[in-house]
Amino acid sequence: MPYDVLIAPFAEFDFMRRALVGTLALALGAGPIGVILMLRRMSLMGDAMAHAILPGAAVGFLVAGLNLFAMSAGGLVAGLLVAVLAGVVARATELKEDASLAAFFLVSLALGVTIVSARGTNIDLLHFLFGNVLGLDTATLMLIAAISTLSLLVLALIWRPLVLECVDPGFLRSISRAGAPVHIAFLGLVVLNLVGGFQALGTLLAVGLMMVPAVTARFWARDISTMLAVAVGVGVLSGYVGLLLSFHAGVAAGPAIILVAGALCLGSVLIGPVGGVVRPLFPKQHLEA
Amino acid sequence: MNAQLQFRDLTLGYDRHPAVHHLNGAIASGALVAVVGPNGAGKSTLFKGIVGLLTPLAGRIELAGLKRRDIAYLPQVADIDRSFPINVYDMVAMGLWRSTGLLGGVRGKSAEIHHAIEAVGLTGFEDRPIGTLSGGQMQRVLFARLLLQDARLIVLDEPFNAVDAKTVADLCALVQRWHGEERTVIAALHDLDLVRANFPEALLLARAPVAWGATAEVLTPGNLLKARQMCEAFDPEAHECHIDVA
Repeated sequence: MPYDVLIAPFAEFDFMRRALVGTLALALGAGPIGVILMLRRMSLMGDAMAHAILPGAAVGFLVAGLNLFAMSAGGLVAGLLVAVLAGVVARATELKEDASLAAFFLVSLALGVTIVSARGTNIDLLHFLFGNVLGLDTATLMLIAAISTLSLLVLALIWRPLVLECVDPGFLRSISRAGAPVHIAFLGLVVLNLVGGFQALGTLLAVGLMMVPAVTARFWARDISTMLAVAVGVGVLSGYVGLLLSFHAGVAAGPAIILVAGALCLGSVLIGPVGGVVRPLFPKQHLEA
Repeated sequence: MNAQLQFRDLTLGYDRHPAVHHLNGAIASGALVAVVGPNGAGKSTLFKGIVGLLTPLAGRIELAGLKRRDIAYLPQVADIDRSFPINVYDMVAMGLWRSTGLLGGVRGKSAEIHHAIEAVGLTGFEDRPIGTLSGGQMQRVLFARLLLQDARLIVLDEPFNAVDAKTVADLCALVQRWHGEERTVIAALHDLDLVRANFPEALLLARAPVAWGATAEVLTPGNLLKARQMCEAFDPEAHECHIDVA
């Protein structure tokens, strides 16, 4: 019964459809951002940013309870604040960006958990940490879709300087002053996508749909355009398979999505055509030229 | 003489320690100038000052109406991520930034891009990722990008380091072509024979200028010896400099 297994859960249950739409939108926006983060060796930065939005969302929760707008706005403000601070510190001092972010990272997590625990229950805390992808309401879906749309538009606009700053930052500096504003805009997109992902996957896993598909894509493509497509594809596939897995096996949906992405990633590390582990074990005769 | 670049009592350096000390002079529009001097003489520092990456400690550089995008700069150690998944064609196409900016199309300029790649002898390499190139090939890619930049002032910081003789000859021909097109070219070089053969004008630098003018008159054994002696070691206890230049 392929229909019963693969399609029926979404056809029959509204919450499954919503979860699917939400994860698809997230994958679309977050995948390309993850690829850039990875290529800039800032893979862990998404993680740090995801933690940074927690205290802001928690303050929103403290003020207004589980209110989408308050929590998103709080998370956005806190995330942007940390992103800008870390960016400014990295540009103005000798400190590298990862070091300046690391300083904000655990403090933010601790602060956020403290604030949530002060007022909420353990269920609330779980919601903060792991999200609730099966409980996305229309407003949240709209928010996620809007963030994805905006991300793709802004990425298209700043794509050239963004790539240039990754490949040859000195060259970008010598021809244009766009480097700093583009960098800030990109960090803004990272935060926005994490705020969107936060609702579905929580602060700890929001970054999963961003980084795991990107890392997977690296093993399938030699050029960045293909890499973007693969990352989005892996994200979409993980969302779909993860939700099915969660439905049929009764496991938590958010972690299931990231686990599927993780499995795809592991498989790619092994058999990926670009730098996978297995291929060099079966060498073919070298070419003439 | 129509000066493209004018140095007025220019001092450049790091943490108040000068690396280029009280440099005065001008580079004419369309000049082809070699900057020669021992390691640590301030060649790279001077170039960073010219392209605006370093603010002078004192004095100034006048660029005679040149904007940032009129200047092409090839740094000594390009900060290029060779593992980035980008191919030769796209890398070279970046040189078109001046005319395309953020969103301008490059599709209509593919002939121009192929032309630049051909000019550096890399036809057939268009789809190769930059990570698979040799050092000399990468330098050719950077020259192709310089070609597309169509700059009025071209600043090359030791462009022929670790590059074989054939590549040096090919790239030198490009430099001569730029000279023929009346672009101003300044290059830091260590190969004095190459300088004598290709560069009509030379600046011998050893923190302070030792000699500047026609290459044959600058690169004399006496001047070169003087340059070696002038470029003393860094002095952490140096006193404040109070040279007054009217």
